[in-house]
Amino acid sequence: MAAINWGFAISRPRVIDVDHNNLRKSDEILLEMPELQSCIGCGACTASCTAGNLTQFNFRKVHTLVRRGEYQGAYEEMNKCMLCGKCRLLCPRGINTRGVVMLIKRKLGDF
Amino acid sequence: MERVIVIGGGVAGMKAALDLRRRGFEVTLLEKSRHLGGKVRKWHCLFPTFTSAAEVLGGLKAEVADSDIEVRLEAEVVSFDNRSVTLASGEKLACGAVVLATGFTLFDARVKEEYGYGIYDNVITSADLEEMFRNGRVALRNGERPRRVAFLHCVGSRDEKVCQRHCSKVCCVTGVKQAIEVKKLFPEADVFNFYMDIRMFGPGYEEMYREAQLSHNIHFVRGRISEASPTIDGRLQIKAEDTLTGRPLKMSVDMLVLLVGMRSNDDNVHLAEQAGVPLAPNGFFAPKDMFAGNVCSPRKGVFYAGAITAPKSIGEVLNEGSAVADAVTEYLS
Repeated sequence: MAAINWGFAISRPRVIDVDHNNLRKSDEILLEMPELQSCIGCGACTASCTAGNLTQFNFRKVHTLVRRGEYQGAYEEMNKCMLCGKCRLLCPRGINTRGVVMLIKRKLGDF
Repeated sequence: MERVIVIGGGVAGMKAALDLRRRGFEVTLLEKSRHLGGKVRKWHCLFPTFTSAAEVLGGLKAEVADSDIEVRLEAEVVSFDNRSVTLASGEKLACGAVVLATGFTLFDARVKEEYGYGIYDNVITSADLEEMFRNGRVALRNGERPRRVAFLHCVGSRDEKVCQRHCSKVCCVTGVKQAIEVKKLFPEADVFNFYMDIRMFGPGYEEMYREAQLSHNIHFVRGRISEASPTIDGRLQIKAEDTLTGRPLKMSVDMLVLLVGMRSNDDNVHLAEQAGVPLAPNGFFAPKDMFAGNVCSPRKGVFYAGAITAPKSIGEVLNEGSAVADAVTEYLS
């Protein structure tokens, strides 16, 4: 039977459901680079971001979502990074932000 | 030398009494309960060094016991002025100056009904968790080990809905300290801290926060939990916004720890009115000024020490015990 078009659809919930997310990749990333966990969310990386000034790319948001187990689209987002490294000069916690970009791309290439 | 009466036998009162006695005054220390030590008696370890609370308290109590300070337990004060203190028994004690060191009241977490304290098993306060640490056994109500623990900051602080607009200051670092302690007990457990701001104001605090993140893999989510509800398998579901990603977030936890704040004592209103001294809008006593006169009241002969004027850490309270002895000495000489 063909699907009936009722003229409306149900939106996917936007909620981050930590219980249903698989945190294995997130744990692997944090194990390889524990310094990412020390992010205090100041936003200096995103404020200085060359790519972020030209596109919707938001480094802080993407790596925070990855840490919560939300991997969908993270690889594509990280591909917007130009690896200019300005964020790394600014990070008050001294996180190797470019390393984070490369790590997430390596771990989440198949998402 | 004249007699000085210190009201309140917590760390502030004991330190003030000791320093006043050392300067030669006759000192009477009044304590409402049956024990000296105040709120610190119920604490296990102190931030940021994990020093045992009993060690800090034990030193002070031993010094008080060795001195000839007159200690009166179960002595409740009904009124006072700068020359006398009246007890609930009707007895009136004469003095040259009064040091008020009656501290604070812990916020009653039941008031924030949405978190279910007193309704659901395994919703506990930071004070309850300290008691578990002191008893040497941290477990869920059914005796099991928690697999996921959430800490909620600012319960009864910075919250107009419960008439507590002020910041209680020490809960942030307490939350980090307790998260580390829980993680040390249950290394396999996930520990999440939900915060509005993390305010690490003291020496070693920020370093401790960083250590919690780096060495203990404790997760920090910026967002206030809106509610806790029971799940079908007897756990707790919590909802918050992960404000750094701009999306709502939910998860189930085994234990929810509410970091309860410090509020002003209910009897501050009565005591301030009869002594003719002002209260700050948050109900704590307002000192003469915030800088040079922060242990003095606007009224001559009435002094303050410790968390009576605002939430403070134990180190700060001990300093005020010494500072007030200096101010009283200057006043009486």
